[in-house]
Amino acid sequence: MPQRTIVEAINNALAEEMESDPRVMLLGLDVGKLGGVFRTTSGLVERFGAERVVDTPLAEASIIGASLGLALAGMVPVAEIQFLGFTAQGFHQIGPQLGKFRQRSRGRYNCQVTIRAPFGGGIRSPEFHSDAIEAQFVQTPGIKIVMPSNPYDAKGLLLEAIRDPDPVLFCEPDRLYRSGRAEVPDGPYTVPFGKAAVVREGQHITLVAWSAAVELCLRAADKLAEEGVSATVLDLRTLVPLDIETLCSQVAKTGRCVIVHEAPLSAGFGAEVSATLMEQIFYDLDAPVARVGAFDVPFPAASLEDYYLPSLQRVVDAVRKTLQ
Amino acid sequence: MQERHSVLQADGTIAAGAQPRMEEEFLLEALRWMMKSRLYDTRVIALQRQGQFGVFSPGMGQEASIVGSAMALDPTRDWIVPQYRELMATVHHGLPLEIITAQYLGKIAPARIPDGVRVLPTQVSIAAQLPQATGLAWGLRLRGEDAVVMAYIGEGGSSEGDFHEALNLAGVTKSPIVFFLQNNQWAISTSRRVQSATTSFAFRAAGYGFPGVQVDGNDVMAVYDVAVAAVERARKGEGPTLIESVTYRMSFHNTTDNPSRYEDPKEHEEARKRDPIERVQKYLTGLGLWDKKRETELTEELTRENEVALQMAFAAPAPTPEDVFANVYEHPPERVVQQKAELLDGRRG
Repeated sequence: MPQRTIVEAINNALAEEMESDPRVMLLGLDVGKLGGVFRTTSGLVERFGAERVVDTPLAEASIIGASLGLALAGMVPVAEIQFLGFTAQGFHQIGPQLGKFRQRSRGRYNCQVTIRAPFGGGIRSPEFHSDAIEAQFVQTPGIKIVMPSNPYDAKGLLLEAIRDPDPVLFCEPDRLYRSGRAEVPDGPYTVPFGKAAVVREGQHITLVAWSAAVELCLRAADKLAEEGVSATVLDLRTLVPLDIETLCSQVAKTGRCVIVHEAPLSAGFGAEVSATLMEQIFYDLDAPVARVGAFDVPFPAASLEDYYLPSLQRVVDAVRKTLQ
Repeated sequence: MQERHSVLQADGTIAAGAQPRMEEEFLLEALRWMMKSRLYDTRVIALQRQGQFGVFSPGMGQEASIVGSAMALDPTRDWIVPQYRELMATVHHGLPLEIITAQYLGKIAPARIPDGVRVLPTQVSIAAQLPQATGLAWGLRLRGEDAVVMAYIGEGGSSEGDFHEALNLAGVTKSPIVFFLQNNQWAISTSRRVQSATTSFAFRAAGYGFPGVQVDGNDVMAVYDVAVAAVERARKGEGPTLIESVTYRMSFHNTTDNPSRYEDPKEHEEARKRDPIERVQKYLTGLGLWDKKRETELTEELTRENEVALQMAFAAPAPTPEDVFANVYEHPPERVVQQKAELLDGRRG
């Protein structure tokens, strides 16, 4: 079976879907000849032409707003916003417009739009490029929020996103784009939304994460294993919809939980996960649910990001404290 | 200075040298729609004052802009993307009056735009509809449809970033779209004079690489002329046009507004003399096609028509608690499904 990085898996998903569905088109900054700043769309303009792989003006609100209109016309747009932090300049077209349009039209119009956006720290990028602002979109109902952590899921979740009649924000972990290859089959397959993945099974504690933080949790689990602690690592995969059932059952099994995310701690999605656990399985818990996030300050200069982002040490420390 | 296209002047005479496209029979139809709009607004404002209607933004004074622009479209293939002060344009385009009325009454299912009616929902977030309209026009062309999009905006809305982004993208993609900017001189209480330092909003088109034209927005014959030209241009694949339709908001922003706090009564009186409906009636009277009797008869007929639509909207089923969750997602998240069940269970218990 072919081995692919996340970049290659996304490219493969886009190419196959464009091949099989002539309505699918890509638009965004530099998605054409350059193939995107991370090369996720490399080779697609040559294959599908400039009418279906469109370099747009530098204007996020119109990339997203026009995608909504393209969907109304019967196209299936996949918009690329160069970095999730830049959605700030098109924010009103995501939650308030894409998220509400179906309701506002009394169900007359679907918005089958996928917005792809890389994000996250660890690649020494300058200001705004690293912002992990996924939780902001959870407060704008109507949008599904997808956070793949590995090549197989990246393809399967992206195909699910493109085919979903509801709008989807698809956040890609730029730090993991080329960090390793995994089996990614040729041909179509989908990974359903709202199904968390148990990527490692353990007995003593459950680490809950999404996107690049899953990789950090796996490293933490390796380190903890040296100390005789066995950890479950749960990858939520999608924040909306949230797989409450798997989350609760996997935490109830171990009775202890540490949630890890790259976003600032306060009102990050970890707060939602923690509150959900309190509501649903409080009496199955043997210790308070802990959270490890970035600090509640703006993302600092790249030279400081290793201090700012959740580190292996902080995750391991949080686990040790929870086990006491 | 920007030249302002004019055909039918405020005194009901044809401007020197003007060659209107609109023939007399068509002008009578335009008059009918403009009167229908004025009568509907008048009735709805009265209902709102009696507590029977929600917040409403009338089109009074702007009927020539609203009707003249819509009449340039073919409802079987073209699309209207409204802001919110173009109600009768959408009705002319095939959206039944009772359905848009039901929307104002907070109805859900009875307010759904019927399939086949090429109209988007009204948009309260100013200018947010414009990038969507550009995308719609662009997509219709990619789908091989012979369609044009008419997108509405006000002079206030042209200060928004979305206005710039939408027109810029439309120019680059050469999309089949007409941006119809109603300059009604007011954004709630903010005067056109402080909205922009430009002497004409039509000038802005130059920055996007397509034509901008200015028209007397109280002159339905002139509005129709420039709208038809812009629609034809778009349909031929020559790209967008920006139309600045210079008019005047004769009522108020919406039923919560009070223009006496900020509007100079003299300015209002001057605007009254340029009424878009009276000038058509004067002109047609001169041709022997209009008189008091016809006005009374048509007023009665249109009042009845509007009343039937209003009564249908009032009688349409009220929303149910389930409707809180209606139409948000095609495939709702499990948590939302549970929340719906909780709301309904709570009400039963």
